[in-house]
Amino acid sequence: MNFETTIGLEVHVELKTKSKMFSPSPVSYGAEPNTQTNVIDWGFPGVLPTINKGAYSYGIMVALALHADITRDTHFDRKNYFYPDNPKAYQVTQAEQPLATNGWVEIEVDGKKKKIGIAELHVEEDAGKNQHEPDGYSYVDLNRQGTPLVEIVSKPDIASPEEAYQYLEQLRQIVQFTGASDVKMEEGSMRVDTNLSVAPIGADQYGTKTEIKNLNSFNHVRDGLAYEQTRQQAVLRAGGEIRQETRRWDVDKKETILMRVKEGADDYRYFPEPDLPPVHVSQKWIDEVAGRLPQPPAARRAHYVADWGIPEYDAGVLTQTLEMANFFEATVAAGADAKLASNWLMGEVSGYLNAQHQELKDVALTPEHLAGMIILISDGTISSKIAKKVFKEIITNDTDPKAFVEAKGMVQLSDPAQLTPIIDAVLDDNQQSIDDFKAGKDRAIGFLVGNIMKQTRGKANPKVVNQILMQEIKKR
Amino acid sequence: MDYFTTNIDALHDQLVAGTITSADLTKDTLAKIAEIDPEIDAFLNLNDQAQAQAEAVDAAGINKDQPLSGIPVAIKDNIVTKDLTTTAASKMLENFVPIYDATVVEKLNAAGAINVGKLNMDEFAMGSSTENSAFKTTKNAWDHTKVPGGSSGGSAAAVASGQVLAALGTDTGGSIRQPAAFNGIVGFKPTYGRVSRWGLIAFGSSLDAIGTLTRSVKDSARVLNVIAGHDEKDSTSADFDVPDFTEKIGQSIKGMKIALPEEYLGEGVDPQIVAAIQKAADQFRALGATVDTVSLPHTKYAVPAYYIIASSEASSNLQRFDGIRYGFRAKDVKNLTDVYVRSRSEGFGPEVKRRIMLGTFSLSAGFYDAYFKKAAQVRTLITEDFNKVFENYDLVMGPTTPTTAFGIGEKVTDPLTMYMNDILTIPVNLAGLPAASIPAGFVDNMPVGLQLIAKHFDESTIYQAADAFESQNDYLDLIPGGAR
Amino acid sequence: MISKDSVAHVAELSRLAFSDAELDQFTNQLDDILNMVDQLETVDTTGVPATTQSIHLQNVMREDVAVNDTKTEDLFKNVPTSKGTLIQVPAIIDKEED
Ligand SMILES: [Mg+2]
Ligand SMILES: [Zn+2]
Repeated sequence: MNFETTIGLEVHVELKTKSKMFSPSPVSYGAEPNTQTNVIDWGFPGVLPTINKGAYSYGIMVALALHADITRDTHFDRKNYFYPDNPKAYQVTQAEQPLATNGWVEIEVDGKKKKIGIAELHVEEDAGKNQHEPDGYSYVDLNRQGTPLVEIVSKPDIASPEEAYQYLEQLRQIVQFTGASDVKMEEGSMRVDTNLSVAPIGADQYGTKTEIKNLNSFNHVRDGLAYEQTRQQAVLRAGGEIRQETRRWDVDKKETILMRVKEGADDYRYFPEPDLPPVHVSQKWIDEVAGRLPQPPAARRAHYVADWGIPEYDAGVLTQTLEMANFFEATVAAGADAKLASNWLMGEVSGYLNAQHQELKDVALTPEHLAGMIILISDGTISSKIAKKVFKEIITNDTDPKAFVEAKGMVQLSDPAQLTPIIDAVLDDNQQSIDDFKAGKDRAIGFLVGNIMKQTRGKANPKVVNQILMQEIKKR
Repeated sequence: MDYFTTNIDALHDQLVAGTITSADLTKDTLAKIAEIDPEIDAFLNLNDQAQAQAEAVDAAGINKDQPLSGIPVAIKDNIVTKDLTTTAASKMLENFVPIYDATVVEKLNAAGAINVGKLNMDEFAMGSSTENSAFKTTKNAWDHTKVPGGSSGGSAAAVASGQVLAALGTDTGGSIRQPAAFNGIVGFKPTYGRVSRWGLIAFGSSLDAIGTLTRSVKDSARVLNVIAGHDEKDSTSADFDVPDFTEKIGQSIKGMKIALPEEYLGEGVDPQIVAAIQKAADQFRALGATVDTVSLPHTKYAVPAYYIIASSEASSNLQRFDGIRYGFRAKDVKNLTDVYVRSRSEGFGPEVKRRIMLGTFSLSAGFYDAYFKKAAQVRTLITEDFNKVFENYDLVMGPTTPTTAFGIGEKVTDPLTMYMNDILTIPVNLAGLPAASIPAGFVDNMPVGLQLIAKHFDESTIYQAADAFESQNDYLDLIPGGAR
Repeated sequence: MISKDSVAHVAELSRLAFSDAELDQFTNQLDDILNMVDQLETVDTTGVPATTQSIHLQNVMREDVAVNDTKTEDLFKNVPTSKGTLIQVPAIIDKEED
């Protein structure tokens, strides 16, 4: 029996606002427990919510970036459930009329492009955090309570764990490029809930789905789903039945483990939030947000390839993050050759950042300085060997590369009038090498160049040295 | 000082003239409460800072332009007061000390009013008799064997028994107007959105309104002037200009068009109350108004629609009382389920549980459309009934209650009969309209309330007609325990 | 007629516990109330929109400005049990739930 897989992903993205969705207390990560909270976050008797317009605008921005249709008239609803991290025992969300519907993300798997549909996006408030401790108690921190979220719900278009991975990667990039969220799984600003079902190919119904939790990276999502896909197929092949259950991914054992079997659907008793008037999104509001929407990664990739001759793969790497893409474009705008800028960013810059566990925003390097250094290389002012020293300086200090090489005397010797006497002197001293070269031993050139470099303390422009060297040897 | 023979404006003049001080007034008031309240049981908790606050107001000087400056008032106990225990008459909040003031409390404080204490009520404002208080049963000021009405029974009885001139109450389905009627005083529920709900412990969020209980119409307008207005903390509070609510007081009602719905005089309404209302209609006619019979055909569906909507909202609003961050936590709880179930089961009284159950049921999977949604649609029809009448009329009049105050213990075991008692006040909350109950005579020595209802945000017209009616009658001269 | 089982289910959703006798009483009372409510069935509401707010406001929103004006110690004044600036709750049984 052959099966087809259907995967559903619900992605929660924290919006990068200053204040919470329904309360003015600050959104901040890593503060002392409960210090970023007020009576609203605590659900005190008598408190009321207020809508953060900035958060809603970010929601519109994400929806536009995902090509979704913005719902013009909407309201908030209450989702009722008891849990210590949910102080009102209801979450204010959008159930009946979500922020937007019908979006899509394009992915590429095995060279084939495919559009994955997004059923809906809605704006809601995040819960606080429970910490479970071995002393028999749980501890509640409400700092995260009320942080604005957009939940992005996929259509049942994802047919494999690899497609799920690609979908998440594209989604992360697109959302990150809007600037509405950091979308970092490791910091919890992006969280993924997954479900998967399998059914015999051509079946007219989806199979029973299971939910998989504890998927804390895209790799875990792919691995967890792949495991679950195989497990469900095996159960069905053996004549068994899939139960509606929640399983968790065990990172060490690399398998999904049963958490609980679901009995009936949850009953959240949704109803319209009476404390908040409805929201009307005008065309003017949409246009205003669209006007601030940065260019998406796909459009940037196409531009790099078509206009700047950057290979597809490189364009993909450069558009992994908004910061990298913006940096690249600014470097080119500052006069650097696009190909060289790309090579530096993908090579030395990325290498440095990885080794230091840093991000572009953490280092002193500016697009202007990187471009300045690349121009110095292109026009022969510095050698690529010297460039490494310059790079080390400009990535750690806010130093102008041109002023730096001049001050340090690193400018390359390219003037034939200066180089020719030095080269002649070296040739005078090494007749044997000239003979070897003429006898066909190309290695002799390397020896001669090395000597010239030694004489110029590395400053000689190798290209110019080569030219003059050939001319001078011919004369002998 | 005798609250039966004075009013806010008169006291204000004396305070400004310096013939009395706020400190004296507050001392007298507290003494009066100590003397009268053991019989009435209106107060749950006195403000031990009241005397000091009065002294501070005296020291700062009475504000000539603020009629409430230095005047003692009292507040229903579902309105939070910073550092002063606020219980909503529930064991759940027996020891709850708020860390912030409700907007109405901030406004009263800013006006220089002195909050002398917190008033009894039905637990979480759920009830019509104040018998659902977890702490005490308040007595009707006119007959201590009868209920004061509810849920603002403590507010009504405190004012009617002369302990304070004015009290704040809340009205979700009649909880200001019905106890005002039962105690022969003025109860005013403003338009939904006129007064901020920030700091009001929510019952039915789309219905709840804070309002006033006073002996006189003008005193009511004085207090509403202070508490009304837009509040950024309450997104449902209207950002409209607030008039001076006394602006039309004293103006003739000649030419005013008043509607009297036939459904408000129908089956279940005591014929003697019907007669009192018809007498009131005649008085309005004598004052130059027209009073015509009209129909509000969906009136009879108001009670079921209301109980679904209010209970649904309440079931959600009261989920925050979980024993975790504040309020009652059951003893010897071993796990989270215990914390929730035992704290809530031991902390809430039977009527609150009944409403939570009804509301949870109405919102639950499979029943939402038939109950919550249906009720919300019927609410639209009830609102449209009023809209049609208000195309041609300035006010709607009718009785506030079908009967006068009933005996303590008489209905409390029969929730359904108790609910039906609210039929005349509930439609107003469903439509969000302003309405008042004013004294309209007596039936068998118990007060009768006349209800006046206006268009959204037209409180001033109610005050105009209510004052005209009050001036025609001597009901203010009558006090519990015999005529003056 | 609402069944005792449904009432028990609603009680569970509400996090309320009742004795068997209380459950019987609540079942009867809820049944009476629901019978009264069933009058609504006779109203034709075809095409009638639901009213969930009586005053028709729209787009009441706040600018995205952060305010941290509440002392954490004040927030803890009514907390039954705590540890440092954490609220303490007797053990959560289902530890995987999050
Ligand atoms: Mg704080
Ligand atoms: Zn969500």
